[in-house]
Amino acid sequence: MKRIVIIGATSAIAVETAREFAKDGAALFLIARNQRALDDLASDLNVRGASANHTACFDALDIASHERVLEQAFQALGEIDAALIAHGELPDQEHCQRSVSRTQDSLTTNLVSPIAFCTWLANYFEKRNVGNITVITSVAGDRGRQSNYLYGTAKGGLAIFLQGLRNRLTPAGVTVTTIKPGFVDTPMTRHLPKGPLFASAETVGKRIHKAMLRGEAVVYTPFFWRFIMLIIQHIPECVFRRMKL
Amino acid sequence: MPKKISARYQSWGRYPQIRNEQIAHMERITGPLPLPSDGGTLLAHGLGRSYGDSCVNDTQWILPCAGFNNFISFDAATGTLRAEAGVSLATILDVFVPRGWFLPVTPGTKFVTLGGAIANDIHGKNHHVAGTFGRHVPQFGLLRSSGEHLTCSSTENSALYAATIGGMGLTGVITWVELKLHPIRSPYLNTRTTKFRNLDEFFDISQESDAEFEYSVSWVDCTSEGNNLGRGLFMAGNFSERSRSKAPAELAIPFPCQAPSYLLNSFFIRSFNTLYYNKQISRVVEGLTHYNPFFYPLDAILNWNRMYGARGFFQYQFVVPFEQDRGIIKEIFARITRSKRASFLAVLKTFGDIPSPGLMSFPRKGVTLALDFPNDGEPTLRLMNELDKVVMDAGGNIYPAKDARMPSYVFRASHPRLHQFIPHIDPRFSSSLWRRVMETA
Ligand SMILES: Cc1cc2nc3c(=O)[nH]c(=O)nc-3n(C[C@H](O)[C@H](O)[C@H](O)COP(=O)(O)OP(=O)(O)OC[C@H]3O[C@@H](n4cnc5c(N)ncnc54)[C@H](O)[C@@H]3O)c2cc1C
Ligand SMILES: NC(=O)c1ccc[n+]([C@@H]2O[C@H](COP(=O)([O-])OP(=O)(O)OC[C@H]3O[C@@H](n4cnc5c(N)ncnc54)[C@H](OP(=O)(O)O)[C@@H]3O)[C@@H](O)[C@H]2O)c1
Repeated sequence: MKRIVIIGATSAIAVETAREFAKDGAALFLIARNQRALDDLASDLNVRGASANHTACFDALDIASHERVLEQAFQALGEIDAALIAHGELPDQEHCQRSVSRTQDSLTTNLVSPIAFCTWLANYFEKRNVGNITVITSVAGDRGRQSNYLYGTAKGGLAIFLQGLRNRLTPAGVTVTTIKPGFVDTPMTRHLPKGPLFASAETVGKRIHKAMLRGEAVVYTPFFWRFIMLIIQHIPECVFRRMKL
Repeated sequence: MPKKISARYQSWGRYPQIRNEQIAHMERITGPLPLPSDGGTLLAHGLGRSYGDSCVNDTQWILPCAGFNNFISFDAATGTLRAEAGVSLATILDVFVPRGWFLPVTPGTKFVTLGGAIANDIHGKNHHVAGTFGRHVPQFGLLRSSGEHLTCSSTENSALYAATIGGMGLTGVITWVELKLHPIRSPYLNTRTTKFRNLDEFFDISQESDAEFEYSVSWVDCTSEGNNLGRGLFMAGNFSERSRSKAPAELAIPFPCQAPSYLLNSFFIRSFNTLYYNKQISRVVEGLTHYNPFFYPLDAILNWNRMYGARGFFQYQFVVPFEQDRGIIKEIFARITRSKRASFLAVLKTFGDIPSPGLMSFPRKGVTLALDFPNDGEPTLRLMNELDKVVMDAGGNIYPAKDARMPSYVFRASHPRLHQFIPHIDPRFSSSLWRRVMETA
């Protein structure tokens, strides 16, 4: 796996995955919202052994910009072996409950934008009969909870989309990897008190790298979230609906 | 209202306990600085591997810097690395050892940041040939509360350069660092471990070996008296000249929980020391050792500091000048041994005479001893106060990076250039240690 596009590359988790690919000497095309952060990251990855000489800016809310940045990536790298889609936001649940436009924006960032990228990437890889698409969803998408069900809606919807996409692309030899992290200590969770369940971005980022190399299907990270979510998913709705989660 | 501190911004000794600290966040290390609107002070925090209260700012603000960890550039022709100040030494080793480069100076743990290494102008097992960390940092960036972002070197803003190296984070935030790496041919070292039966033997071996070995350090048993006073193991090494070989897998075991205090009773410690000393039967053992166990034996147990339990522990490190009859160091050893309070991990080393670039740097020519004391309250503090007197009378000094209790007079006597340093302190920066030793808290 040598030529990789990373979308939302400056996210704390994606940075750690990119650093693993840098160690492998990969060629990287980095896409994110902030150009200065992208420049700093590109220098870092180059020192670590990557060739990360191309970057592009996009905003998830501007769906029209997505095709253009992917086009740039195809041109810069010649060919692509894999893509990681990492951007996302944790919207304020209460704000969303009061504002439909805020709700819409969060769904665009967390669901529509990754789907848009996947649409072009899927068609690209399907033609070549090879490739890997990896997307970060979340354990929050496994069951709706009052504290963050808008975030959960987008991540859960995205996981279903990826399931379908995997089903479609498997005959073509293209792997689709769904990453479901638990709590990760990153800028996104800065405002939350940190308990023992929090993993580091490095742990999760390294796991994503491994999953991409192997073309795994669904990965909970750290692994124990698979069991936690299994239990949570199996609590009967008549009990669950009264729980404060 | 100040938030309750999250456990992450404690010091390594977990003493003193922090009442409340607020966390300030910076988007980028180049600023702007998030100056507290309540008029409070800031203190940069690296990986919290300082023992006492030099890396905490109780009742005020902490500025976490370990997240600023991008490399900037590397010149393979000269080994010159530029990186953001939050990059850890562990990361540098990870990336550069496979390419044939090592750190110019390294402490006994690799989990420290570049910023922290400069702020305490740390020393390593090669002080006698390489001096302190700051000597290998030709320049760095410094962000001041005035909003200025200065480049500091021995020629540019040279006074701030000298004040920031060993400046305990008080002169502002170190943003980026230029570091000269050290070329190696192999990640393995040729090592020699020699048993010594007492302090005189230690000094003799040390003198003989310093010319032959780039790295040296000793472990001393602080629990045996009389003829065995100051017995221990002298460990020396040079990087192997044989070309690179693959590293063994690294396995770090987390210390599972806070230990109950009876674990560290004096019987246990004494048995450990005796076992350790006797693990080697012949006087001299030579071998080939990977750099991880040689330099970072404690890093194999993550969070080993938790074994001291909830009360935390003290570390005490001093340096005293060499003297003919070695009377002072022997007296200090006798006092520590008699007190029966010392723990394992007493580390003895000689410093060479290479001057440090920092105004406040700790190392100077002489012999240095670092040891742990479990926190037993008053008697432990009394012992350290007694040791202070002997160290001060001998013209020695004490390392603030490991201190949680030294009185003001000791701090002042340990830093003869304090008056030159003070004018360079940034008015919006402070630390618990600084307020304590200046008696302004
Ligand atoms: C097991 C162990 C072994 C050790 N061995 C040695 C040894 O052999 N030799 C030795 O010298 N020390 C040794 N130490 C001490 C350690 O090297 C120092 O305390 C070091 O400074 C810790 O770095 P840190 O990144 O954790 O910084 P912290 O402990 O978080 O902070 C240390 C100081 O650096 C300042 N600082 C941190 N980042 C910045 C920044 N970006 N800008 C400005 N100031 C900053 C802080 O304000 C504080 O004053 C050892 C410590 C341990 C735990
Ligand atoms: N942290 C967790 O606990 C956790 C748990 C499960 C899943 N995840 C998922 O992991 C992924 C990475 O998040 P992270 O934890 O690494 O947090 P992060 O560092 O805050 O990363 C989030 C990234 O998304 C980008 N982003 C947000 N809105 C955007 C927009 N409108 N346009 C373009 N980019 C936008 C951000 O860009 P800027 O840098 O420019 O702000 C940022 O780089 C996300 O998909 C998140 O949902 C995180």
